[in-house]
Amino acid sequence: MKKNPFKSKHYATSKIVYRTEPQDVEQSEEERPNVPQGIMTKCPKCGKVIYTKLLIKNYKRCDECGFNFKVSAHERFAMILDDGELQEFDAHMSTRDPLNFPGYGDKLVRTQKQTGLVDGVVTGKGLINGNPALVGVMDPAFFMGSMGTTIGEKLARLFERATKERLSVILFTASGGARMQEGIFSLMQMAKVSAAVAKHSEAGHLYITVLTDPTTGGVTASFAMLGDIILAEPGALIGFAGPRVIEQTIGQKLPEGFQRAEFLLQHGFVDQIVRRDQLKQTLGTLLKMHSDRTLA
Amino acid sequence: MEDAVIRHYGGNMSLTPWEKVKLARMPVRPTGLDYIERIFTDFMEMHGDRFYSDDQAIVGGVAFLGDIPVTIIAQQKGRNTKENITRNFSMPHPEGYRKALRLMKQAEKFHRPVICFIDTPGAFCGLGAEERGQGEAIAGNLAEMMLLKTPIISVVISEGGSGGALALGVADKVYMLENSIYAILSPEGFASILYKDSSKADQAARDMKLTAQDLHGFGIVDGIIDEPQGGAHNDYDMVAANIKAVIEGDLKELMATKLEVMLQNRYDKFRKM
Repeated sequence: MKKNPFKSKHYATSKIVYRTEPQDVEQSEEERPNVPQGIMTKCPKCGKVIYTKLLIKNYKRCDECGFNFKVSAHERFAMILDDGELQEFDAHMSTRDPLNFPGYGDKLVRTQKQTGLVDGVVTGKGLINGNPALVGVMDPAFFMGSMGTTIGEKLARLFERATKERLSVILFTASGGARMQEGIFSLMQMAKVSAAVAKHSEAGHLYITVLTDPTTGGVTASFAMLGDIILAEPGALIGFAGPRVIEQTIGQKLPEGFQRAEFLLQHGFVDQIVRRDQLKQTLGTLLKMHSDRTLA
Repeated sequence: MEDAVIRHYGGNMSLTPWEKVKLARMPVRPTGLDYIERIFTDFMEMHGDRFYSDDQAIVGGVAFLGDIPVTIIAQQKGRNTKENITRNFSMPHPEGYRKALRLMKQAEKFHRPVICFIDTPGAFCGLGAEERGQGEAIAGNLAEMMLLKTPIISVVISEGGSGGALALGVADKVYMLENSIYAILSPEGFASILYKDSSKADQAARDMKLTAQDLHGFGIVDGIIDEPQGGAHNDYDMVAANIKAVIEGDLKELMATKLEVMLQNRYDKFRKM
C-alpha cells in the first residue's frame, strides 16, 4: 500500500474559531420545514394529491410524475443508511462570524432555531447495505445550502478521516453557492475541501457525489465535480452560474431543461441519473465494487 | 525579501475599499502581458486546451526568469474595447482553465515553476461555459494544483473575482498588489443579493473586506506588493520590478525545499482557512 504522507493534525485554525459545544437548536417535528403538512399533499409539478404517509414512504417522490420533494439531511440519512443509523461527526460545530458581518450572527442563531440544524451539512459514518462509508448530506433549508466555513471544515475533516480510516466518501450536494456573509473565507473553502478530496483520491479511495436540487456556484466548482463517480437525482438543477445570472449576462431566456441533471448527463458531466427509490441499492453496489481488496 | 518591496500593512494612500475597486478596474492599469514583458525574457506563448479551443482570456506560455525556465499563466484584460472583446473582458471559459491546467501539468513534467497572474471579474457565465462544464474545469484546477509537484506562485494583480480567480490561486505563495481586490463576488452583485440594491456597492465593498490589506490581515494572502503613489498605472516598471523581486526570492526558497515538505505546506496553508 502506498504510504499516505498526510497527517491529520491540522484541525486548529489560525483565524477561525469553531465552536463545538452543544447549542440549543432543538425543535419539534411540526416546526420542521420541508415536511409535508396534513393528511394529503399536492404535488407542485403535476398537481396530484398524494396521501402524505405514502409520499414519505415513497422517498418523498411523486409516484405520478416523479417529482422529488425536498428532503432534509436527516430524512436523507433515513433513506440511505441501514436502519437509518448515523454515527454523526462534529455535530455541534459552528463557525463564529469570521468577517464580523452586520446582522449575520443573529441570523445564524435564528436559522438554527428554525431548521433544527447547526449549519448546512450533516456528516458521519454509516452502513449502506452492509458497506461502511463516510457520508455527508447538505441541507438546502439552511441558508439555501450556502457554503461557509462550517461546511468547509466539516467536509475537510470528513475526507481526512476517510483517508485515515481508508473509507469511501459519499456526498449529497445541495447548494445555492457561497455563504455571502463569510466573504473570502467562504471562497477559500472551495480550495480547502478540494485539497482534502485530492489527498483522499491520491490515497486510492472512492468518492461518490450525488448531485441534488440545486447544486450550484462554488460547490459545483469544487467538490461536487470531483467525484470518481458522479450521480444525480432526476431533474436536479446543476450548474456553475445560476440561471438568473446567465439570463442577465446573455440577455435571453434559457432553453427548457438547461442545467438540469439530464442536460449534464447529455453533456458528459454526470455518470448516471438515479431515481431516489433506487439510490440506496445503487450506492450499496458501488461501494461493494470498490471495497478495499488489499485488506482481504 | 526586502521590506521596501513588500509592505505588510498600510499603504501610501488612504483609499476607501470602493475606491480601490475602481482603481483595480481602471483600463490604464497594467495587465498580465505588461508584467510578463517586463519581468521575463524569451516569452513564448502556447495556445489551446487540446480539447476544444484556445481561450484568449487566459495567456499561457514559457519564459526565462533570469536563467530559470518558468511556465506563466495570466488572465488577460484588454486595454481597449476591441481587445476586451477578444479577451472576453478576462472572463475565462472552461477551455481557458483547461489550457492553464495543461500547461501546469507540462511544467510539472519539466520541473518548471509556475507563475500565475490573477486578473478577472470572474469565470464567464453563459450557455457555452455551462455546456462545457465551467464548474468541472475550475474544480479540476483546485484539486490538481494542490498536488502539482512543482512550485506555484500566484499574484492578484487587479481583480480576483471568485472561483474564476481561485482556479489560478491554489499556490505555495499568494500575493496581492497593494490596490488589488480579491472577493467572492463583485461588490455590485453582493449589494444586489444582500442589500437588494446594487447601488450600495460602496457599502458592500466595505463589508466584504476585499482589499489586499484585509486579506493579508486574515492570513489569506502571504504578502502585499507595493505600488507607486497613485497606483500601478503610474509606473509599470516599478511594479514589475517589485513583483520580480518577490518571485525571485520565493523561488529560491521553494526550489530549495524538499518536494514533500513544500506540498504539505501548501496543503496546510489552505487547510487552515
